[in-house]
Amino acid sequence: MTFDQFLQYIFSGITTGSIYALTALGFTLIYNATDIINFAQGEFVMLGGLTAISLYEAGAPLAVACLGAVAIVGVAGIVFQQLAIRPLLKAGILAQIIVTVGASLAIRTAAMIIWGRESRPLPPFTGDTPIKVGEATILPQTLWVLAVTLVIVVALQLFYRRTLTGKAVRACSVNSGAARLMGVSYSWVVLLSFGMSAAISAAGGVMITPVSFMGYGYGAMLGLKGFAAAILGGLGNPAGAVVGGLSLGVLEALTIGALPIEGASGYKDAVAFLILLLILFAKPQGLFGGRAVEKV
Amino acid sequence: MAAVLSFLKRHSAFIGFAVVAMAAPLFTQNIYYLSVLAFMGTRFMIVLGLNLLMGQAGQISLGHAAFAGIGAYGSAILTTRWEVNPWAAMALSALLAATVAGVIGVPTLKLKGHYLAMGTLGFGEIVYILLVQFKWLTNGTDGISGIPSLSLAGIDFGKPQAFHWLVWGVALIMLRISLNLVDSRVGRSLKALHRSEAASMSLGVNTAYRKVQVLMVSAVFASIAGSFYVHYVHFVSPSSYTLTFSVILATTVVIGGLGRVWGAVWGSILMMVLPEFLRQYQDYTNLVFGVMLILIMIFLPGGIVSIGGAADALRRRIGGASGRSGGDAAPEGGS
Repeated sequence: MTFDQFLQYIFSGITTGSIYALTALGFTLIYNATDIINFAQGEFVMLGGLTAISLYEAGAPLAVACLGAVAIVGVAGIVFQQLAIRPLLKAGILAQIIVTVGASLAIRTAAMIIWGRESRPLPPFTGDTPIKVGEATILPQTLWVLAVTLVIVVALQLFYRRTLTGKAVRACSVNSGAARLMGVSYSWVVLLSFGMSAAISAAGGVMITPVSFMGYGYGAMLGLKGFAAAILGGLGNPAGAVVGGLSLGVLEALTIGALPIEGASGYKDAVAFLILLLILFAKPQGLFGGRAVEKV
Repeated sequence: MAAVLSFLKRHSAFIGFAVVAMAAPLFTQNIYYLSVLAFMGTRFMIVLGLNLLMGQAGQISLGHAAFAGIGAYGSAILTTRWEVNPWAAMALSALLAATVAGVIGVPTLKLKGHYLAMGTLGFGEIVYILLVQFKWLTNGTDGISGIPSLSLAGIDFGKPQAFHWLVWGVALIMLRISLNLVDSRVGRSLKALHRSEAASMSLGVNTAYRKVQVLMVSAVFASIAGSFYVHYVHFVSPSSYTLTFSVILATTVVIGGLGRVWGAVWGSILMMVLPEFLRQYQDYTNLVFGVMLILIMIFLPGGIVSIGGAADALRRRIGGASGRSGGDAAPEGGS
């Protein structure tokens, strides 16, 4: 592998890695508010991409289609929370897992019925003329993905640190009982977290669609990768989620480049799960700490 | 005589079910119906094991398709490539499934439920990817055909009726094992750890060991079911062992009734019969399953075996005996 090839793999790794990062952020927001792992998180990513395609095909300008998709999926996240999560906030872990798994199956199948089995593209935000970096090339869409991810991460940090609502969300993640006693509306925090989580993941889906298309079945895999990224960075730690996502994307890309066997890309998906299992076995608190995984 | 009567009375449900299950082929010669019944039997085996894990130990596996896949592919590869005796191949595959379950279970079962769910999910996906990618061994997405029928002492279990008796015979043994397990010291310690892991630990239950044990038992049930299945259809391909199948297995347990061994019976029947009715609307089947999962978890957490009890409770509530009104118990306030 030459240096330029290496650079090329890094670029493609960062692009997909940003999407994993946004999905991981989605997991983190919900986990911090409710201690629930949302197994339907990847479906929000998929819904984001497909909704943007539909809006665009219906004649909306690209920017409106993309922002509209993010908003619609954000509302969908809130509706999902109201219908399925709220009744089970105090139920056991098993019930919560089962409900989000059921939602994931239902959403995926509904998407197949609505959008069909074909994967579909979306035009790149600003053309597709590659930019030369040495001998490697970088797509304008990659820069968009990186920039928007950065904006989302910074905005999220400001929200958490500077606003009263953000502080209330953090208070709930530390101790929801005590936060309630201080007058924080827990149900509002949960609702907000689901809306933001769905919207952020949908933004990831919207941005990756011009690069790798979107189909009804893509959500499950993206969700798993996002979770692996969240675990890698330490579950519950937003900065860790971003670093975990980018690292996972780059690791995957380099594996394809470095494996000396034919059809190495077929093993790409296994990399994420191998990392997931290794982290779970060896260092369940993630590489960057985060909240300790509860060992009973 | 009295002893015999009391034995029959105590085990009436099991005996009644066994008679119905074994007598079914006497009433139909239709190969299609017999096949559906036989597949119900193999599905029932997997669900029984998963029911023990989810219902008794309170741990979820979202990768159980992989254990069935290990049995299916183990039997397929060993019998078609190396001409191993099918029964020996079945036993070897089950042993492999148990070993893998142990290796996966020891680290993940020490953690909270989410991690086991994700760990098993990741494991299931890895197994699926390997089944597709290891073309030299598994023939990739084309799958393996020409898997021989089972036979023993001159009986050919390739015939639908004989196969039905074999599968349901084994399934009934597994049901008996499960029922006994629930009522045993092991079952009681599982129930204890489901309710409060800390409390049961303090009472001397080795919780991690118990959970791994149940995962291994359920992996063996699934593996054996996978082996039976491929010896009947003579073909195996990776598309049978996807994440969706794992989710459908978990759905079957939940719909039947978490923690009720008999729930596995009703769940398997419903989940095999329902798609037959939805045949025209095949695309919608998984949508129905997903929505059912959510609704059951919210409104009927005991599954369909608890419908009688739930109806009683509802009647009492409508009767005005209920003092507590519904609504969110969380205190509300502005932030």
